[in-house]
Amino acid sequence: MQADKVKVAILGSGNIGADLMYKLLRQPGPMELALVAGIDPASEGLARARQLGIATSANGIEAILADPEIRIVFDATSAKAHVRHAKLLRESGRIAIDLTPAARGPYVVPPVNLGEHLRAANVNLITCGGQATIPLVYAVSRVTPVRYAEMVSTVASRSAGPGTRQNIDEFTFTTARGLEAIGGAREAKAIIILNPAHPPILMRNTIYVMPEGDFDEVAVQDSVAQMVADVQHYVPGYRLKNLPVVERRATPWGERPVIIMLLEVEGAGDFLPPYAGNLDIMTAAARRVGELFAAYLLKTLEVTA
Amino acid sequence: MKAPRLTDTTLRDGSHPMRHQFTREQVASIVQALDRAGVPVIEVSHGDGLAGSSLQYGFSHTSEFDLIETARSHAERAKIAALMLPGIGTRQELKEAVARGIQVVRIATQCTEADVSEQHFGLAKELGLETVGFLMMAHIRPPEVLAEQAKLMESYGADCVYIVDSAGAMLPADAAARVRALKEALSVQVGFHAHNNLGLGIGNTLAALEAGADQIDGCLRGLGAGAGNAATELLAAVLDRLGLNPGLDVFGLMDAAEYIVAPIMPFQPFPDRDAITIGYAGVYSTFLLHAKRAGAQYGVDPREILVELGRRQAVAGQEDWIIDVALDLSRRHAASARKETSV
Repeated sequence: MQADKVKVAILGSGNIGADLMYKLLRQPGPMELALVAGIDPASEGLARARQLGIATSANGIEAILADPEIRIVFDATSAKAHVRHAKLLRESGRIAIDLTPAARGPYVVPPVNLGEHLRAANVNLITCGGQATIPLVYAVSRVTPVRYAEMVSTVASRSAGPGTRQNIDEFTFTTARGLEAIGGAREAKAIIILNPAHPPILMRNTIYVMPEGDFDEVAVQDSVAQMVADVQHYVPGYRLKNLPVVERRATPWGERPVIIMLLEVEGAGDFLPPYAGNLDIMTAAARRVGELFAAYLLKTLEVTA
Repeated sequence: MKAPRLTDTTLRDGSHPMRHQFTREQVASIVQALDRAGVPVIEVSHGDGLAGSSLQYGFSHTSEFDLIETARSHAERAKIAALMLPGIGTRQELKEAVARGIQVVRIATQCTEADVSEQHFGLAKELGLETVGFLMMAHIRPPEVLAEQAKLMESYGADCVYIVDSAGAMLPADAAARVRALKEALSVQVGFHAHNNLGLGIGNTLAALEAGADQIDGCLRGLGAGAGNAATELLAAVLDRLGLNPGLDVFGLMDAAEYIVAPIMPFQPFPDRDAITIGYAGVYSTFLLHAKRAGAQYGVDPREILVELGRRQAVAGQEDWIIDVALDLSRRHAASARKETSV
C-alpha cells in the first residue's frame, strides 16, 4: 500500500456501486480503490471493474473481511444487507459509509456535519433528496432560526429503481427527519414525485423555508450562495435555477414570508446518465465522505472541535 | 350498460377550490345530505390526499382526520373514503385515517408509476379496507400502457382501478378506449374520474359508462379542481333518464348542491379561459389557482404558464414548477422588452 493512500472497497456492483467506482478512479484523493465486491459474477459492474484492472469478488463481504488493509467500505447494497454488513464491518474495525436507507450510524451531509462524525464507525448518507436539500435548509438556519421547512423532489422515473419504489414512505420520513436533525428546521416535510417525461428530466428540488421571525434577506442570500459553492465542490452539477425568492404564504402560523429555492442537480455522467442527478449526488457525497475519512486517517486533516 | 356506483368527492376534490378550508360544520351538512340522497361512497381528505397539507399544496384549515371523523359520525349508510398519494401520504397517515373512520382508500399514482403503491395496497388490505387504484394523468399514455399499470394495482390488491382524467384533457373516445382496455385486462372493477376543463365532464363519464365503467365520480355543483368535476346532481339526473339510477334521490342532490354547497363556494368552477387551457395543454387541474397566483405575482399570463408546464411534461403534484416557469417567463419577457427598447 502506498503510504499516502487509504485502501477502500465498494460493496455492491449495481448502478450505484459502478458509478461510485468511476468517481473514485477519476478523483481518488487520498484513497486507493482496492476491491469491488458483489454477489452476481455476471454483473456489469464487476465486469467493468475487471476491465479497469481492479480486483473483484463475487463473494460479497467475505473478500473485504479477508483483506485487513481495507479500512473504508462503501456499502451500495440494500438496507437489509447493510444491517448484516454493518455488524461485520464494525467487528473487524472498518469504517462503513452507508448509501442504503439502513441508517445504522449517524446521518451525514458533507459540508454540514461530517466534521462531527469523523470518529464514527458507520455513517449514513440519508437519501438523495436529503443530500440535495439539507445543505440549503442549513444555510438558512445558520443565519436565522427556521420554524418549518419543506422539500419537494422530482426525479425522472427511469432514475428511480426498485429500492426507491418499494420504500417511498421511508424516503419521506428519513428526508424530513434529516431536514430537522441536520438542516436545523424545527419541523419539516418531504414530498417525492416521479416524473415519466421523455426525454427524462434532470433531478429537481424545491425547498421552502419559513423562518421563525424577521430575517436579513441579504445574509440568507449570502449564506445560500456560499453553501451552493461548497456543494458544487463535490457535485459540479448542483445549481440554483434562480436566486432564492421570498413569497408571503398562508400558513398555520399566519401569513408569513417563505423563502423558496429552486434547485437542479445534473449528474456528472460517470456511469449513470446525467439526468440521474439524484443518484449522482449520492455517489458524489459518498466519495467526498470517503475522502475526508481517509484524510483524517492519514492525519492530514485538522479536526476542529 | 348497468347502474354504476357513484363516489362523491366534493369533500376531497372540492378541497382545491375551497383552498383546503373546509370546516367540520360544512363536512357534517354535506355528508348528511349526500347520505340521505343515497350516495354510497363519500371521499373526504385534503385535495392532494392524506398529508397533503403543506406549503406546496396549501395548508388545511381543519385536520383531515377531524373531518373524516365528522363525516363518519354523520353517515348512516354511506362509506367514507380517503385519497392518498404515495410520495406525499404514507402508511402512517393511512392507519390514522382508518382509526378515525374510513372504510375505503383510493390510492393514486402517476399513470406510469403504479409500482410505488404496493406497500400501501398491502397495508390497506391488511386493515380490511376496500381499495381503489387511481391512475392519474391517464391522458398521457395509450390504453395498453394503462392496462399494464392497472394490472399491477390489481395484483397488489385493488378492488377497482380508475382511469383518472386529472387534466380534463380527454375527449369521449379517449375515455372510452382507456376504460375498455382496463375492462379487458382486469377481473376487478373499473372506474372513471372526469374533470370538466373542456366541458366534457358529463360526456366523458357517459362514454366511460358505455365502455363498461363500474364506478364513477362526481362533486356537488361540480366543486373540484380546474373547471371542476362532473356534477353529482347532474349525473343523478342523467343516469335516471338513462334508466340507470343506482338509487340516488335526484331532487335531494339538486337541493344539496343548491342550498348547501353553492352558498359556501368561493367561486363556481367553470371552463373559463385558464381552465380551458388546462384541458387544452393537458396539465394537472389543481394547477389552476397556483398558476393564477404566480401569474399575478410575476406578471405573466397564467395561460402561458400552463402551456409551458404542458411542454415540460409536468405531472400530478408538481405545483412547485409553476413558480419556476413563472420566473423563467417573466425573465424572458423582461429580456425581450429590453431588446425592443434598445433597438
